[in-house]
Amino acid sequence: MTEALLETEAAPETGALLDIADLTLRVPGAARPLLDSVSLSVAPGEVVALVGESGSGKSTTAKAALGLFPPGSTASGSVRFDGTEVLGLTGERLRAHRARSVALIHQDPRAALNPVRRVGDFLVERGATRSSAVELLASVGLPDPERRVRQRPHELSGGMLQRVVIAGALAARPRLLLADEATSALDVTTQADILALLRGLRAEHGLGLLFITHDLHLAAAYCDRVYVMYAGRVVESRTAKALFTTPAHPYTRGLLSCSPTLDTHTPLHPIPGRPPSLTDTFTGCPFTTRCDQAQPTCETWHPEPVRLPDGGTAACVAVTAVGSRAAGRHGWAQPQADGTVKNGATHE
Amino acid sequence: MPLRLLRRLTGVLATLLAASFVIFAAVYAAPGDPAVFLAGGRDKLTPERLAQVRAEYHLDEPLFVQYGRWLWDCLHLDLGRSFKYSDQVADLVAARFPTTLQLVLYATVLFVVLGVGAGVLAAVKRSTWVDSAVVGATTLAASVPSFVAAIALVSLFGVRLGWFPVTGGGSGFLDTVRHLTLPALSLALGALAIVSRVTRQAMADAAASDHVEAARASGVPERDIVRRHVLRNALGPIVTMCGLVMAGMLAGTVVVETAFGLSGIGSLLVGAINTHDFPVAQAVLLLMVTGYIVVTTLVDAVHPLLDPRVKGAAG
Repeated sequence: MTEALLETEAAPETGALLDIADLTLRVPGAARPLLDSVSLSVAPGEVVALVGESGSGKSTTAKAALGLFPPGSTASGSVRFDGTEVLGLTGERLRAHRARSVALIHQDPRAALNPVRRVGDFLVERGATRSSAVELLASVGLPDPERRVRQRPHELSGGMLQRVVIAGALAARPRLLLADEATSALDVTTQADILALLRGLRAEHGLGLLFITHDLHLAAAYCDRVYVMYAGRVVESRTAKALFTTPAHPYTRGLLSCSPTLDTHTPLHPIPGRPPSLTDTFTGCPFTTRCDQAQPTCETWHPEPVRLPDGGTAACVAVTAVGSRAAGRHGWAQPQADGTVKNGATHE
Repeated sequence: MPLRLLRRLTGVLATLLAASFVIFAAVYAAPGDPAVFLAGGRDKLTPERLAQVRAEYHLDEPLFVQYGRWLWDCLHLDLGRSFKYSDQVADLVAARFPTTLQLVLYATVLFVVLGVGAGVLAAVKRSTWVDSAVVGATTLAASVPSFVAAIALVSLFGVRLGWFPVTGGGSGFLDTVRHLTLPALSLALGALAIVSRVTRQAMADAAASDHVEAARASGVPERDIVRRHVLRNALGPIVTMCGLVMAGMLAGTVVVETAFGLSGIGSLLVGAINTHDFPVAQAVLLLMVTGYIVVTTLVDAVHPLLDPRVKGAAG
């Protein structure tokens, strides 16, 4: 079903835990690839965010780290975990990779747990023993763990279940955690608890954490680096601080303008249009139709990641045109008095 | 909990009461006059003799009075006497019922093991030639009438190979099993298609759940996923369907009993209907309905064990 075009070789010199390079994923019946030339890396102990609207390919990218692809899909490129090519794994080796190296924390804990089985069974199935299951539940801050292991999912609240799912992800002592909207469904206090818990676990065990969210502000505040995805592509990859202060891609700027802040100087600017579906195809940049700075060349320019002076990348033709005008982009972070010039990159 | 039990019990009793009236009225409305039969045939029949017989057996009273009398007797565990054999109906039924019960239980074991097994196989090997073969074979088995299957089984395993006896009920456990194998098999064949199809579909639905994908993403072995997540969660529809099919079999043994010369309640019922033996026919039908209700009630009672959420919802 999936084929690795690049053969297994030695680990890349970066020392990354997870290294996805040029991953393209096609499914039959879709007009465009699900993922298009996605490159992404997570180092041990690093928290990396993956941000984008629904359907941008965030979850698909994360699941690729598990060797989990949609049925019938063909993958090209490479997904390396600690030097091992995941795309080439099959059968027992793939199962062992999923069971030991990488763990996924699901978006909806109630759906991720079998309703008819006990919480303890869920943990034991993922590598815990009966006694370590109780310790695991205690370690993720679940009160009364001895009782919880005998309970069934419908007897627990959403926040409790999210902790159970995290405990399940930790049961096998993985080296990389994939948190797929792990806190999106929770109320803020529980969300803060879970985020602190994940951060603590990362520090304690040296885990790599790939944090998938649609909340760019949360990503910037919580993570070391951020990848922004749009229509199956990585459109911008920056350190969290740089992304928040000097977003380079119009889509990232659009996402930041969508979120309300207390700062009254920055009115809300929803991105016009809607995210592209799998039936939409593009001759040039996929964001052109929704971009307020689109140029005629955007229609035909095939997006390529352009290296920025601070080490990040952005896939926008405007970035090439401006080159290293980092100072100009800084203008975005400090809104002008008249509020019209919001972006130094294209307003010369 | 006691309230729910009481409610369920009341429901069962109400169903039984309604069923008993329908049974009584249906047998009463059947063509032919039992009094003619009781008087010993039409030849030397006089109106006076007919009236005398009617009065003797209370056949001259209105339907509701007869029903009330019968129900009252039933509640006192008196099912009456057979018109034909003059024996106690209870004794007649008690002598015939074990054979039918054994036959149905044996057939149930067969169709549960083979049907669920085939369904699991088809679900695991979905969209492969195994899946098509299971669906095709079970459909073929279901489309063959049970008396044809009985004849085929008898000629192959009974006559040609000589593995199993072709008639009679046998005595002792092993001998009974040997005697009932072919009848139970021909009874179970028709159920295989339903049970395997329901199993396959229920497992396909369960396999589409998010928690199955989550388990797979966590590297849970495929064998455990099929057993503990897919089959375990599909048990609800499977158990319901097996219960219904088994309950239906209680009333459908007559063809197989006749084909294999077994004296069960199926052949008793047909004989009773042909000879206008009201008390026997009513008692056998009532027993069949009771069996059906008992089985379906048991299936209902098992559901909270299969899905703990059911218990919570019924509260």
